[in-house]
Amino acid sequence: MNAIEQYIAPTSLAQALECLREGEVTVLAGGTDVMPQSQSGRLKFKPTLMNIQRVPELKGIARDGDAIRIGALVTVTDIMRDTLVQEFFPVLVEAGDHFASDQIRNAATLGGNINNASPAGDMLIPLLVLDAYAELAAKPNGEMRVRRIPLGDFFVGPGKTRRAANELLTGVLIPLPPPNHFARFFKFGTRPALDISAISIGIAGVRTDHLLSQVRVAFGAVAPTPVRAPRTEAALEGKRLDRATIDAAAQAAYDEVRPIDDVRASAWYRRELIRNMTKRMLDHVAQA
Amino acid sequence: MSLKHDIAFTLNGVQRKVTVDVGQSALAMLRDVIGLTGTKYGCGEGECGACTIIVDDQTINSCLMFAVDCDGRRVTTIEGLTGDARADALRDAFVAHGAVQCGFCTPGLMVQASHLLAHHPEVDAATVKRGIEGNLCRCTGYKKIVEAIVSASHAEEGAAR
Repeated sequence: MNAIEQYIAPTSLAQALECLREGEVTVLAGGTDVMPQSQSGRLKFKPTLMNIQRVPELKGIARDGDAIRIGALVTVTDIMRDTLVQEFFPVLVEAGDHFASDQIRNAATLGGNINNASPAGDMLIPLLVLDAYAELAAKPNGEMRVRRIPLGDFFVGPGKTRRAANELLTGVLIPLPPPNHFARFFKFGTRPALDISAISIGIAGVRTDHLLSQVRVAFGAVAPTPVRAPRTEAALEGKRLDRATIDAAAQAAYDEVRPIDDVRASAWYRRELIRNMTKRMLDHVAQA
Repeated sequence: MSLKHDIAFTLNGVQRKVTVDVGQSALAMLRDVIGLTGTKYGCGEGECGACTIIVDDQTINSCLMFAVDCDGRRVTTIEGLTGDARADALRDAFVAHGAVQCGFCTPGLMVQASHLLAHHPEVDAATVKRGIEGNLCRCTGYKKIVEAIVSASHAEEGAAR
């Protein structure tokens, strides 16, 4: 483990951003990724360790115009218990239900799950199909600057994002869903609790008179980042959700993904899962 | 030399001031700095739940929490459950049902189960299984543990009558 030279626990966003501007900083929130990664040597501490748990601006879930804003420090447990999330984005509750264990859900933050940028991150797939935006703040020259980028553009590779060194992820914004919106999440692991996905799938869209529009499909653990699946989406967009459409979409998903072999599953198995589980999820949507 | 930091927090109802290593886990602080060894080190990466403690009314894995983050918080460990009626009922039920074999997972399970019962006074086996999914036991196969927790929740109902 390399030496931490300074520890700071800011109590305002302004203080946190000042700290980020001044030097190289490791950001700490729930600790559920930072601790095991630093213990195993996968994460090297920067000279400053900044604990953001006491920054009030990063907490809470609230309506923000035509969107819901979820603060970066909101835990998975908070998300599952929130009435706005339950009303508008039940798919996030469903994903939370498959997330690790009670003890980890109580500590792990949404911002941490996003910044950890795992290809298998459980909350990332539903957020992608909900068209979520990442909100980033910085204070480059004394003045606070906030930018929002689509979450689909945020991930660069495993553990790598477009967050600049002087920026802090302050939260996500999720547009309120249009009428007749549906969103589903599926995760496949070898056991229900505490498992990292072999694959995960998110499907969302609007269904009126049995025609699909605004279709979003995302897959986890099949690429270096969580990914949208444009060819699968195209196979569904504007279509009637019948047998032929579902089979074509499942085949498009199979053709589109390029997973790898690793300890959790072989590439062959992952592609089979993607095809068959995409089909099953679409069957369930058709029956709903 | 690793960087030190002073923190103050409430541990099992008592205000404590401690100097900790900044990179240290709450578990290492409890065991090695304060000397409360009831909380166990199992896997060190949040998989096994042997280190479960209660922080501000939520259970967490103390091996994943930075000790410095305990500053200003309320922390309860297995030692803090001494004399608590619910924990006593759980302990008696663990003994009666043979829910303890090697005993290493027991403190974590007791903490998680007492927290579960505090929030779900009447539990069924399915709720218990879900509630303790973050706690591994390599001896018992869980059956006796689940039965013990369910029976402790009923013991409590009996006591309330």
